[in-house]
Amino acid sequence: MSIPVAGQPKSAQRIPAGVKLKKGMQQWIMVLPYIFLGVLGTAVFVIYPMIKNIIISFQEYSIMPNAESPFIGFANYVSAFTDPNNKVLMAIRNTFLNVAVTVPINWFLAIVFAVLINIHFVKHKIVFRTIYYLPIITSWIVVAFLFRFLFAGGEYGLINFIFYKQLGLFQEPVNFLSNYWSAMIVIWLFHIWKTVGWGVVIYLAALQGISKEYYEAAQIDGANGPKRFWSITVPMLGPVTAFVIINLVNGAFNFFPQVYFITRGGPMDQTQTLPSLMYLQAFKNFNFGYASAVAVMMGIAVFLLTYSQMKKFGNQRFL
Amino acid sequence: MKTKWHIQLLVYGIIVLGALAFLFPFAYMIMTSFIKGAYSLPRPKEVFSVIPNLYNYQLVWSKNNFARYFLNSSLVTIVSMTGSLFLGCLTAYGFARFTFPGKELLFRMFLLTMMIPGVINIIPQFLIIKSFGLVNTYWGLWLIYIGGGVVGSTFFLRGFFQSIPKEYEESVLIDGGGSWRIFWNIYLPQSMPAIATLAVLSFQGTWEEYFTALVIIKDEALRTLPVALLMFNDKYATNYSWVFAASIIALIPTVLLYIIFQKRFVQSGFNEGGVKG
Repeated sequence: MSIPVAGQPKSAQRIPAGVKLKKGMQQWIMVLPYIFLGVLGTAVFVIYPMIKNIIISFQEYSIMPNAESPFIGFANYVSAFTDPNNKVLMAIRNTFLNVAVTVPINWFLAIVFAVLINIHFVKHKIVFRTIYYLPIITSWIVVAFLFRFLFAGGEYGLINFIFYKQLGLFQEPVNFLSNYWSAMIVIWLFHIWKTVGWGVVIYLAALQGISKEYYEAAQIDGANGPKRFWSITVPMLGPVTAFVIINLVNGAFNFFPQVYFITRGGPMDQTQTLPSLMYLQAFKNFNFGYASAVAVMMGIAVFLLTYSQMKKFGNQRFL
Repeated sequence: MKTKWHIQLLVYGIIVLGALAFLFPFAYMIMTSFIKGAYSLPRPKEVFSVIPNLYNYQLVWSKNNFARYFLNSSLVTIVSMTGSLFLGCLTAYGFARFTFPGKELLFRMFLLTMMIPGVINIIPQFLIIKSFGLVNTYWGLWLIYIGGGVVGSTFFLRGFFQSIPKEYEESVLIDGGGSWRIFWNIYLPQSMPAIATLAVLSFQGTWEEYFTALVIIKDEALRTLPVALLMFNDKYATNYSWVFAASIIALIPTVLLYIIFQKRFVQSGFNEGGVKG
């Protein structure tokens, strides 16, 4: 039946077009029961929305039944960039800041914790791994409540209590979420705390995958601990590091719950990112055309970013 | 080989400190959920001296409808998880074991959609559900969750399916069974570890999904837990002990699942699922 797959293309060249078409039809009929629903679902809920998004972004879209949604050219895109409050530009700037700040810290913490936990004398490795992974399995909303609580303004928010009341490092209790930079710092800490465990687990798996023979051979050659680390562990982690950094960049590029649940974009839309701006414009202000224009620009940006990374690291097929 | 004690101390010091940084906020949250009548921000001293009790949990569970929301979320999650898994398995099987014209093209198009974040599809997805007349129904949510999730699960499972040796199929073929029998009797049982991993991921993803649920469900009685949690928080913003009691109730199923699948999960996440994909 369908087993000798590899041999088919060669012989197909000699088969007349009509027979080939018939064969193709037969193959489709065979596979259709399996992929039909999956392809349909993807077409309706993933591919069509992408096209629809592009169309809406050129319309002054109205959600009301029977209302007209006239085409207005690039007006939504123009208004995104000429807006006096610079919301979109702010969101783009924040996105770059989010990547620049969180990726290095996240990566550094992940590799340090993983390497330390993996050292031979450390006991209860699984306990540590589980604890570090806890924030990953906690939902974004709950962790956001927790961070809003810890960073609450006034002297009884725990962070203020420690740094203002107990240690005296703050001049006065800080209202973290009502100032731009302090709000951004809370968002960054929230993101790092919530996601660092993922990197730790990935690195731990990679470290445990390095064969002990390399280390034994190096030991016979007289290499000491640090030497073995630099000449075996570090090079062996190269591909995993590429994988981890790609994912960290993508994660930091797409801040959404991080912003939405902590500041909802405030103060004054200053901490917005493109996804949060899009969502709030659409479902709070019913500005669907504008929101779709933001979505399209974001889609293109993320696509280009991911595509170039896939090209670079594509052959390793980690994704 | 013996490592010097002060190096051991330093290493343990760092990783224990890290562990505390992750555990302490949870502990603080749990302790806060025990405080009775916290209408303003509880003082850290009160929090540390609290006596464990279930007062707020009972209050939230029965008087604030969280029992209802919990059931709603269970229904939404179980149906869409089952649907996603089933559809994912079917589609992955189709792509893993059949040749048909245009297969590569179709699969590449699938992959392409994975590069674009799902958030940006929320607006058109909402409009589609609206045109089906399914706003404010679980059918609307199920369709989006299942239809939007096929690509990911197909991609995840296809790698496992391809790694199953073809010799296994022969026994079914000899018995006169067709591709359905191969699917049910060979592919599904052989990929149980992968399917279980995907089930946990799918469960967590749907259980805590907020943005689509907020847009599709309007009726208060139909709300899922994440939406209810956020509304509850907006309503009783300063009553953190209630909010945290409700939050902890919402966390229990996911945490339990992870504890059950813990060992397999954390190991397989990268080694098996990733590389073969």
